Amino acid sequence: MTADELKSVAVAKSVDARGTACPGPLLEAKKTIGTIKSGDVMEILSSDEGTKQDIPKWCGKQGHEYLGFVEENGYFKVYMKKQ
Amino acid sequence: MENSNVNSIEQMQVQIDELKSKIAQLESSRKDQLSIAVVSGDLDKVLAAMVISIAAAAMDTQVKLFFSFWSLSALRDPKKSPKGKDLISKMFGWMLPNGTKKLKLSNMNMVGMGPKMISYLMKKQNVMSLETMLKEAGELGIEIVVCEMSMGLMGFKKEEFIDYPHLSYAGAATFVADAGESSIQLFI
Repeated sequence: MTADELKSVAVAKSVDARGTACPGPLLEAKKTIGTIKSGDVMEILSSDEGTKQDIPKWCGKQGHEYLGFVEENGYFKVYMKKQ
Repeated sequence: MENSNVNSIEQMQVQIDELKSKIAQLESSRKDQLSIAVVSGDLDKVLAAMVISIAAAAMDTQVKLFFSFWSLSALRDPKKSPKGKDLISKMFGWMLPNGTKKLKLSNMNMVGMGPKMISYLMKKQNVMSLETMLKEAGELGIEIVVCEMSMGLMGFKKEEFIDYPHLSYAGAATFVADAGESSIQLFI
């Protein structure tokens, strides 16, 4: 998805993992994924550069759909849809 | 004629059963599981083992850590003081790091300055401390198996280890069996 499409996507839950470094954001995402429904979109806020590569890998293994990421000022938002 | 038909069906049945058991073996041989033999007691190496384990557990991979030799220092609880040790065991107890906060770095240790600097940087950059990682690991169901032989060798007692929810004690064969069915095996 493009950055503009991602910005308008309906987010079921937002995880702010900006206060943690690897593997914190992944851990936060894993803890939150159980609280949303199948087909829901989750947004992960992170300032850890590795998260951009790690979340797609996690999605790939778990069967979730990775949607993309949006750069913000000093951090970024990663979007994924639960399987 | 009828007899030979029955025979060939029976033979086929035997072959099918053999194939079934072989497939079952193959299916169970490589689970989505990570096995690490954690031997080093260096802060940086134990940290690496824990970061990898937590990432794996977050990806729903079963994790089994086999702690042996120097790594046992990381599992010691400085608040606990076990009784009934002989002289050599006591000496080992004094000489070896007592808990996660006392671990050395494999490089740039600089008589304890290195670990202090690393701890400062980790805090500053929001990297979880080893204690926090062990706590998270417990919540994620990461299993820690303590090598009985190393424990005996260094004179450590079960009473001096941390209260970890999935801690057990076993020998090398347990690691071999666990590692054999894991799709990822590491030695740190």
